[in-house]
Amino acid sequence: MPDEDTPDRSRDAVVQVRGLHYRVDAREIFAGVDLEARRGRITAVMGPSGTGKTTLLRLITGQVAPDQGSVAVFGQEVAGLDTRGLYGLRRRMGMLFQNGALLTDLSVFENVAFPVREHARLPEPVLRQLVLTKLHAVGLRGAADLMPTQLSGGMARRVALARAIVMDPELLIYDEPFVGLDPVSMGVIVRLIRELNDALGITSIVVSHDVRELATISHHSYLLSGGKVVAEGTPAELAASPIAEVRQFMSGEADGPVPFHYPAGDYHAALLGKGQGRRP
Amino acid sequence: MIESALRNIGRVAIFLLRLLRQTGVVFTEPRAVIHQIYNCGARSLVIIMLCGLFVGMVLGLQGFDLLQRFGSEDALGVAAALGLLKELGPVVTALLFAGRAGTALASEIGLMRATDQLTAMEMMAVDPLRKVIAPRFLGGIVAMPLLVAVFNVIGIFGAQLIGVQLMGVDTGAFWSQMQGAVELGDVNEGIVKSVCFGFACSLVAVYEGYHATPTAAGVGLATTRTVVISSVLTLLIDYILTAAFLGR
Repeated sequence: MPDEDTPDRSRDAVVQVRGLHYRVDAREIFAGVDLEARRGRITAVMGPSGTGKTTLLRLITGQVAPDQGSVAVFGQEVAGLDTRGLYGLRRRMGMLFQNGALLTDLSVFENVAFPVREHARLPEPVLRQLVLTKLHAVGLRGAADLMPTQLSGGMARRVALARAIVMDPELLIYDEPFVGLDPVSMGVIVRLIRELNDALGITSIVVSHDVRELATISHHSYLLSGGKVVAEGTPAELAASPIAEVRQFMSGEADGPVPFHYPAGDYHAALLGKGQGRRP
Repeated sequence: MIESALRNIGRVAIFLLRLLRQTGVVFTEPRAVIHQIYNCGARSLVIIMLCGLFVGMVLGLQGFDLLQRFGSEDALGVAAALGLLKELGPVVTALLFAGRAGTALASEIGLMRATDQLTAMEMMAVDPLRKVIAPRFLGGIVAMPLLVAVFNVIGIFGAQLIGVQLMGVDTGAFWSQMQGAVELGDVNEGIVKSVCFGFACSLVAVYEGYHATPTAAGVGLATTRTVVISSVLTLLIDYILTAAFLGR
């Protein structure tokens, strides 16, 4: 278990979210969310599916703008940046997509080389060394010449991880890195996230609902539900939380404060064809 | 209705302006553009040549039948050449282009959207408009006039095949009358039309693909819309340009 406060690490926040409000059409996704990710730490954002975890990442990376409140990354207000400023910001961060999002018409090697070719003019031998080093770090140097369609889900995600770190980002964002992986691939990804954080001192934000995996790597966790942060703290603090909603999520019970059923009308009436069976 | 139509036109116009700002890609990454010319152009060649041959052959038959009634079958060369250069070549090629290359572009870009590849590029601070869209758009614009030229050549060959070889029009009359009557302005009209069609069809394809809903159904819909909108737009532009050229 990583300790909560390591004195030699500076405590400044790389990502700072204050009073965040965001709605899509009439649906309120966030109603006043505050959270921060400190330098050199792994911050976990947990929550049931559909609580807008991925939307939070889209707000942090400037793909969408908040309705209210502020999202600051490296001390810069994301919503206030123009395209050039935003791209400058994004060059300092890496993002791992849920499905890898590898460019399907490029080989594994070229996928990892892609951001380097775009942003830096490196001689081919240096580029080759850099890419192979990163592929080696995720254990896939031997797969350099494969095409993305030839990779398994776990391998694709590792290649995507190599691509995300090839420009040596200061902030690394993981969107559901554990979804749909077999136990071995999962273990590999967990180890990689930990190693990248330890060895390179990268600030990490991991969005996921895999409580057990997160508990082994995160320094600080936030639990989102109903558009708000319902709990935060170290994994141990969250596990010992007295709040019923938090306990339900952490132990994975089907019913509780978070209802099993999506809001619906009367069951019997719906079966007998009297009602719509939908929201009352 | 009118409001939403205007809003759509505005959206396309803004997209086009953003796209035009990225056209410097011709100089920075000429290989990407050339690859797309190959993709849109060379890969459509077989269907274009096949259809060009049949259209030319039909033109030979119909033209011969029509001209024979006035006893002027010798003018078949002129009729076929003018019909192809000014009208049939650009229009039929554009319609085929929309069906062959346009759908391929729209579905490819739509799938890249659906699999987060475009978002991933944005996250790597690479503008997908420059990297993905602009080369495809420009490739389509360049490919269209080339395809039209091929279509016309094969079409005239087809008309000659039927008119001269089968129906017995005099070879000398067929070619010399064509040479005498077709003017540079007629060729230019075809070139202008083909460039305009290439512009419209490529723009529709990349726009629809880029804005596709990121689902299987969404990509399918984008492909369908590409064909429908490109075809209608082609015929509309054709009328406007024809009127403009005849009005001179």
